[in-house]
Amino acid sequence: MDTGTIQNIENEIIDEFSVFDEWMDKYEYIIEMGKMLPRLDEKYKTEEKKVAGCQSQVWLNSKYEKGKVVFEADSDAIITKGLIGLLIKVLSNQTPEEIIKAKLEFIDKIGMKEHLSMNRSNGLTAMIKRMKSDAAKFILNQRTN
Amino acid sequence: MNKEKEILKQTTSIPKTGLIENKDAFKENNISSKLDVEKIRLDFPILKIKVHGKPLIYFDNAATTQKPQHVLDELNKYYREYNSNVHRGVHYLSEKATGAFEEAREKIKTFLNAKSISEIIFTRGTTEAINLVAASYGYENIREGDEIIISALEHHSNIVPWQMLCERKNAKLKIIPLSEYDELIIEEYEKLFSDKTKLVAVAHTSNTLGTINPVKKIIEIAHSRNVPVLLDGAQAIQHTKVDVQELDCDFFAFSGHKIYGPTGIGALYGKESLLEKMPPYQGGGEMIRHVRFEKTVYNVLPYKFEAGTPDISGSIGLGAALDYVNGIGLDNIAEYEKEILQYATNELKKIDGLRIIGNAKNKASVISFLVGNIHPYDTGTILDQMGIAIRTGHHCTEPLMNYLKIPGTARASFAFYNTKEEIDLLVKGILKVKKMFE
Repeated sequence: MDTGTIQNIENEIIDEFSVFDEWMDKYEYIIEMGKMLPRLDEKYKTEEKKVAGCQSQVWLNSKYEKGKVVFEADSDAIITKGLIGLLIKVLSNQTPEEIIKAKLEFIDKIGMKEHLSMNRSNGLTAMIKRMKSDAAKFILNQRTN
Repeated sequence: MNKEKEILKQTTSIPKTGLIENKDAFKENNISSKLDVEKIRLDFPILKIKVHGKPLIYFDNAATTQKPQHVLDELNKYYREYNSNVHRGVHYLSEKATGAFEEAREKIKTFLNAKSISEIIFTRGTTEAINLVAASYGYENIREGDEIIISALEHHSNIVPWQMLCERKNAKLKIIPLSEYDELIIEEYEKLFSDKTKLVAVAHTSNTLGTINPVKKIIEIAHSRNVPVLLDGAQAIQHTKVDVQELDCDFFAFSGHKIYGPTGIGALYGKESLLEKMPPYQGGGEMIRHVRFEKTVYNVLPYKFEAGTPDISGSIGLGAALDYVNGIGLDNIAEYEKEILQYATNELKKIDGLRIIGNAKNKASVISFLVGNIHPYDTGTILDQMGIAIRTGHHCTEPLMNYLKIPGTARASFAFYNTKEEIDLLVKGILKVKKMFE
């Protein structure tokens, strides 16, 4: 599978969002993304897979396949799902090293920075942290194998 | 003392408020109260700001309230004209600051109708006040096997200090259950008492449900069994008159920032007889009479419980806030908020699929709600884009959320500067939220 580089995908998303003038259009797009996010298998909706620090429930499952990390996730809040969908678009199917390095500037560029805020009820920061730490674990496992 | 009174006259000033007697002006608005809300809104500078390009509609007053110009002026004036440390100095500024600080304490005593200023202890807020009682009264009086009664709708600040105490002392926490009408079941409360019950700690008003608890009855029942009662008054004093002697509560805690005062200041009221016997909470300067390495003698009430330099500006700001509220009149505020709550409840109930969480007969102006299956986070995020500030989540009442089997709620909480027009916009906003998610 030939996924583009993280930077390319981020640029694509920034381009997509640049046509939106109104906040409503942006959020409708994110809500659409959220609705389209594939459902996570119930067996992954455990306390262990939960991303802590979110006002809504967020579960993240990471797999390591052929040198790439594959993410799947779910949430009970749709906007959160949409934002997760964007993160997965950018970070899934990439090498652990690329994931850890990713600066994810697109979030600010599409005007969703407030969802990254220090507000503890905000899950996006916690989500990104989890995705990167899961990726790091795969590197560790690689080395010890 | 007389010299103090002279200095006091010069420190904080009387606020000008938006209270007018002309009822005719409001007939078209169908508001019968005496409040000139448009004029009052002018007192609050932050109400002019724009959020995401829209006028701010501030419906998060249960979390914190906005501040009138009078409070801002007094805070500024303190730092500009008489900032000084209190209680110790012999110079002019120090006497003036001490005067204003103690004047604020006096204002709280009058506001709560406490017997003496010895019963008013400044704290950082409600949470610290409750922790003080748990650490001092609790530690001294709770033994292994003892029981403390709290309720199912408590805020974490009136749960965790008692949990910590129970853990330390091997004591037990008992919970007053909630009825399907979101009211505490008094018959069940009575059954919780045993000869091991040592304290009851209960909210006056629920921050999530808005339920006003029958605290007088709760206190009577406890006192008939010689058990003292602490009231969490964080959601009470801004909405209704609280008379601690009439209620006969043993402890009462509140926060300044919830009654139009600054953050970082609040107070604990305690009956003098109880406070006298309680050991100090924090040690340090101010709370002592003499310090020697062999033995230190503690200060008298209320200073025994106020270690270190106090939040002088905060207390003065709180005093100014109480003056402002008195200028409008708590009765007028209560009457107006009742109308606003009624209006909002009626309008929200018209929305198909909207569920109000908290339907007690007796409520403060707080409405928690859920819109169909839409997660409160989604609701709150979209309303925010429209300039409407509500709070979403568990509102620091996680056990209550588990009890009600919901993940959280969206909560709109009103003050006397909120209007019917703002509520109409909230309704519009919720309809838009429905459209976007359904």
